[in-house]
Amino acid sequence: MKKKKAKVFRPTAFAFPYLVVTVVFVIVPLILVLVYAFRGENGSFTFDNFRKVFTETETLRQLVQTLELAALSTVVCLLIAYPVAYILSSAPFKKMAILALLFIIPMWINFMLRIFALQSLLNMIGLKKGFAAAVIGIVYDFFPYMLLPIYNVLSNMDKSYVEASRDLGANGVKTFFKVTLPLSFPGVISGVSMMFMPIFSSYAITKMMGDMNTTVIGAKIANLFEYQNYGNYGYGSALSFVLLIVVLLFMTLANFLTRRSQKAPKGGKAA
Amino acid sequence: MKSKASSRLFLILKWVILLVVLAAIYLPLIMIIAYSFSTAKSVGGDFGDFTFVLYEKLFQNKTLLTAAKNTVIIGLVSALLSTILGTTAAIGIHYMRRKTKAAVDAASQITIVNTEIVTAMGFFLLMIFVRDTVRIPVNFSIWWLIITHTVITMPYVVLTVSPRLKQLNPNLLEASMDLGAGPMRSLVTVMLPQLAGAMISGFALAFTLSLDDFVVTNINSFGANVETISTYVYSGIRKKMPSDIRALSTIIFLVVLIVLIVYNVIKNKKAKNEARKNLLK
Repeated sequence: MKKKKAKVFRPTAFAFPYLVVTVVFVIVPLILVLVYAFRGENGSFTFDNFRKVFTETETLRQLVQTLELAALSTVVCLLIAYPVAYILSSAPFKKMAILALLFIIPMWINFMLRIFALQSLLNMIGLKKGFAAAVIGIVYDFFPYMLLPIYNVLSNMDKSYVEASRDLGANGVKTFFKVTLPLSFPGVISGVSMMFMPIFSSYAITKMMGDMNTTVIGAKIANLFEYQNYGNYGYGSALSFVLLIVVLLFMTLANFLTRRSQKAPKGGKAA
Repeated sequence: MKSKASSRLFLILKWVILLVVLAAIYLPLIMIIAYSFSTAKSVGGDFGDFTFVLYEKLFQNKTLLTAAKNTVIIGLVSALLSTILGTTAAIGIHYMRRKTKAAVDAASQITIVNTEIVTAMGFFLLMIFVRDTVRIPVNFSIWWLIITHTVITMPYVVLTVSPRLKQLNPNLLEASMDLGAGPMRSLVTVMLPQLAGAMISGFALAFTLSLDDFVVTNINSFGANVETISTYVYSGIRKKMPSDIRALSTIIFLVVLIVLIVYNVIKNKKAKNEARKNLLK
């Protein structure tokens, strides 16, 4: 770099190694997923892989079950995490930093070991492996990831909105539903998106906690590798491509909802 | 206005909710810790005598120890690489024009947002493509796992360092350059020390994300015979779960607990000291 130019110092070149790594290891693999998805066994262009994905009733059943499992676990997790986050960010508990930390500590413990611990306990109290156990496993695993964003939003919230609502005559319940809940919406969305899509890949949990009939779609791809069936990656790529589309749809929805919820209080202020 | 009695009732209810959830979180972990001192076949079985047998078994279990070693090596090396790549990237991105910045941010988001199995499949195809089509003599190995872990964790380092960069006072860097230090020297002596805290957080985040990873490791250790703790426990599902995992779990729980408590005590002490300093001013 020349010394004369030092004043308009713009070290954008520093991002170069990162960009190269991103292109080679993130963008290129996605292109490869697309290429292999349309590639037949002899290397020619084909729709066969997609036909297989969409005509196998087994795959569709698994996709539906994944959505059920993801929706149910996310709702259960939210129903537990929201009250906990709300209590932790309210008056006497807010100052007890250690208390909030206790809820988040499991995040740092290897998730497979936590699931192993939970499985041992459920086994001890006699709960059989199956759909219900899988839901419990998923909720247990993702709880801190749901709690943290909601807790952050609630504890950083401008309390004057709540006070204003109370001053203007709304009672506690009304204030919660009309002010606190809408304002915490971005945290809820972020918690839900940290949980909903990753469930598609949590085949380790469904294998440990579920029975033969309980599985997520990610297992379908993983199985291709486990049973040394890896030459068949055209099919795995097509399935990955479908999941990619699901992710995109879900993220677009989440972004849309976050934006709408962030607009609402601003509009209120101006009025 | 609420009466005193009802607000006390609410307080008790709040404590009950918190304690019930805490119990649900910690009960499985406590049971594992307790049964790590028993030779019972599974948790909840006849406890028998208090013994350290499982710990002795653990330290003779070569496969499990190698898995633990691999986990730490992959975690440390990939966290170091992603801290370097992520920090330099954050600095570069900070000085980019808005449109370029938006494009780079979108690219960074891909691995964060994407579901892991698809990311893992992408890495797998890349390796297959380079090995079988481009015919470069590479293969699945611990190095490949380090690379993949670096790629998944580095956007998180960018996310940790970027906000700190925005808070920095740009005048300091300019002052340093006005006083004759070159841009590189100013960057290293003025900017980097101010970023140290964020870099350490980024490193810690990358390290824990790598330790926790299962899906990418599972698919990309294909045929390489490199096990981590996650894949070792997973392979135990089909075979019989070895009981010394309980001893390993206990050690890991305690290490995490001690590290976090020490970290928080230090943080609180620092905050208190600073508050005291401000008072004296």
